[in-house]
Amino acid sequence: MGNVINLKVNGLNYSVDVELGETLLDVLREKLDITSPKRGCEMGECGACTVIMNDLAVNSCLVLAIEANNAEIYTVESLKKNGKLHPLQKSFVDNGAIQCGFCTPGMLMSAKALIDRNPDPTEDDIKEAIAGNICRCTGYKPIVEAIKKAVSTMKKEGS
Amino acid sequence: MAVKIKEGFKVVGKSVQKVDGFSLACGKAKFVDDFDLPGCLYCKILTSPHAHARIKSIDATEALKIPGVITVMTHEDVPRIAHTTAGQGYPEPSPYDTFILDKKVRFVGDRVCAVAAETKESAIEALKRIKVEYEVLEAILDPRESMKEGAPVIHDEEEARMIIPVPYDKEKNLASHADFTVGDMEKGFEEADVVFEREYESHYAQHCPMEPHICATYLDENNRLVIMTSTQVPFHVRRIVAERLQLPIKRVRVIKPRIGGGFGAKQEVLLEDICSALTLKTGRPVKYEMTRKEEFMSSRTRHPQILKMKVGAKKDGKLTAISMKVLMNTGAYGSHALTVACNTGSKVLPLYNKALNVEFWADSVYTNLPVGGAYRGYGATQGYFAMECILDEISRELDMDPVELRKINHIKTGESSPVFAALGEGKPGVEQKVGSCGLGACIERGMEEFDWAKREDRKKEVSPGKKRGSGMCILMQGSSIPEIDMGAASMKMNEDGSFNLNVGATDLGTGSDTVLAQVAAEVLEIPVDDIIVYSSDTDMTPFDVGAYASSTTYLSGYAVKKCAQKIKRQILKVAGEMLEKDSYDLYLEDKKVHDFDGNSVTYKEIGTRALYETDQHQIGAIASHISHKSPPPFAAHFAEVEVDTDTGKTEVLRYVCAIDCGTAIHPRLAEGQCEGALLNGISFALTEEYVFNKKGRMMNADFGSYKIFSTGDLPEMKVILVPTYEVTGPFGAKSVSEININGPMPAIGNAIFDAVGIRLKHAPFTPEKVLMGILEQKEKEAVPV
Repeated sequence: MGNVINLKVNGLNYSVDVELGETLLDVLREKLDITSPKRGCEMGECGACTVIMNDLAVNSCLVLAIEANNAEIYTVESLKKNGKLHPLQKSFVDNGAIQCGFCTPGMLMSAKALIDRNPDPTEDDIKEAIAGNICRCTGYKPIVEAIKKAVSTMKKEGS
Repeated sequence: MAVKIKEGFKVVGKSVQKVDGFSLACGKAKFVDDFDLPGCLYCKILTSPHAHARIKSIDATEALKIPGVITVMTHEDVPRIAHTTAGQGYPEPSPYDTFILDKKVRFVGDRVCAVAAETKESAIEALKRIKVEYEVLEAILDPRESMKEGAPVIHDEEEARMIIPVPYDKEKNLASHADFTVGDMEKGFEEADVVFEREYESHYAQHCPMEPHICATYLDENNRLVIMTSTQVPFHVRRIVAERLQLPIKRVRVIKPRIGGGFGAKQEVLLEDICSALTLKTGRPVKYEMTRKEEFMSSRTRHPQILKMKVGAKKDGKLTAISMKVLMNTGAYGSHALTVACNTGSKVLPLYNKALNVEFWADSVYTNLPVGGAYRGYGATQGYFAMECILDEISRELDMDPVELRKINHIKTGESSPVFAALGEGKPGVEQKVGSCGLGACIERGMEEFDWAKREDRKKEVSPGKKRGSGMCILMQGSSIPEIDMGAASMKMNEDGSFNLNVGATDLGTGSDTVLAQVAAEVLEIPVDDIIVYSSDTDMTPFDVGAYASSTTYLSGYAVKKCAQKIKRQILKVAGEMLEKDSYDLYLEDKKVHDFDGNSVTYKEIGTRALYETDQHQIGAIASHISHKSPPPFAAHFAEVEVDTDTGKTEVLRYVCAIDCGTAIHPRLAEGQCEGALLNGISFALTEEYVFNKKGRMMNADFGSYKIFSTGDLPEMKVILVPTYEVTGPFGAKSVSEININGPMPAIGNAIFDAVGIRLKHAPFTPEKVLMGILEQKEKEAVPV
């Protein structure tokens, strides 16, 4: 007890009392009630807990809470702006990229981190960016397509 | 009387927005673990390190000293009631051979006792401090040993039994048996010009839903037990938990929130009993989520099978006799043992109805290994591996295109097979004639897309050290269990012209909430977003057997259609009063009821009148549906692979699947079902397997070493929906979810043979096995005979 960390999540500042062994995933889900990062394996192997931390997509189950001190974190809750879905979200909904949706928040954050650093990714870049996110429902094909379409939408909107 | 003829569908056949798509994309949709339950305790289970042992004593003294540990529950604290964990309809065709907690453990991962604590950490710490004394027993780790004289008896408890009259012999470790013969096998093989006999072996696998099994239980303000659980079978959970804990059913409510995939794993009642027992004991909410390791080791798997095939054919390709003999390993408990084994025959053999002599024999045996259960494909996966590989061999022996061999022998519209009646689910099957069958078209469309004719030419395109090959197979499945499964729906109309649709059917991520809303919307001539869907809450929705046996669209969908039709009649009655017309002279369109004189009333006006104005009443209805047949969807699969002859690694380059699922109510979701099943099947064929040590312990219980496909492994996949119209289904629909997982193993196996000339009969086709085959072949070629 007695370890206070400061972190910024989805633009809001928090001070949280954390245990030494506690993970960022625990803090988000249990202490900040941000439940979009999911617990799929707690070993960093499924990607369901992916969030963006300091511009990188990370498995929040592998990040110790104390490592997240002073970090800037984004979860899928940050994507929708003014009631409007982010192009990635919209594209996931429109292109059948969501079945059970359990992997979706992590998948979206991996895709968001990619597009943030590379606004014009190739199909291989996309596949690589989400290679750590397991989806058992879709066979990935519509997810890759959804990200491709979102990229082209964002390029059009940007230009 | 005027009649308005409807042209085509307005909502059915359109890929409308998934009703839960928005909330899932925003991370708002709630899964079990996303609900906050104040005062919740965490449950952890101590599992057996031994494959077979008797528990002599459990000492929890040290564990109970840990701050926050509330209770440790052992077999002495729970009712001893034999049951099956299989979430099937009553009476279940699976043996009652399981207890909430028992004095004996029967596989590594079997549960020993349960802890409830204030935090997960203290619960985990408690597990370490519980001292269990075991008497280790001899274990059976090979299903071939199970029925041998002198083998240890895994279920030596007196309570183990079948509750329906089917063979069961626990003294011999026989969990189920089924057999039948039609025609004359001897004659059938005599008539044949070629007879092939082969033995195939299929392997363990896990469903790997991204959300592990999870359940939360609490007592509501009226002291009723509420079970919120990630399940495919909420109504079976209610019945089974009530029975296990000796509670009246009326005291139990089961709620299914969003589910993170199931694939059959969640047709199993695994956590709900122990979680509920802990809530009843402590009076507090309790949550229990399996770890990924437990998911692999302690939940359920695909039953491994050893299949002995004997098939005879004439020179012209006509099959004369098929013999299929199955030895199935059900693991330590007999969950789904009978029905999975029966499905291996009943979903495969009718496809080749030109063979008039058919025999089937299936023994499911207990071993001290992980437990089998329902898994997408449900026995057909194993059966098609054997069937479609042996037919490939026969076609080559006859110097015939494997496609032609299938075309000559497969079942067609209007035809039947005696197998349908011979083999059911714990009782004889239901005789049926095939209605819609687009298999011929599937084969044609698939061949065209794949460019089957040019497959030999493409072999030349490979890089050095690699060989290319193509393989194919055809498939059928079923749609619901005829005369056993029931689905129901209820609807009511609101004053704004919207509707609540409450269904027992269980959307586990498949999109069935959306598909069912489309069916209702089609009947009522409204967009899907005027329907509020609520599914699977035993207090609020009507009964449904649940999401299994490829039943939801076909069976529950028809219940929704009937229910919406009842609503439609009530709407027409009210509108008739408003428009002063006979309801036969009215029609629905665009959320309005019209007469043929140009007058209309809106649904809003109708709903408002019914609830507030005149002869007030709730426009509402309930409908149920059972089916008297199980119309098969059909598919043709084509795979092209490249085999690295130095490493033995097989890469799937292209995979084409043409499927007849009747009317695809939501084409994108239907394709999604196909693509998901295909990749799961491909991954199962090539990489997924359980590695056991000598003591029966699974050694690769994590995603790092149990390899399931990611985007890095993604082949080019093409799904072609070939429409037919199944008159017994809602708007012509049949099932789509299971069939396609059955194809990759045989299609890829046959493609590997085409590439490198080796026949792999023991799946998965790992690089080691392929390379071993290549090396053996080289040795044979080197030694002059």
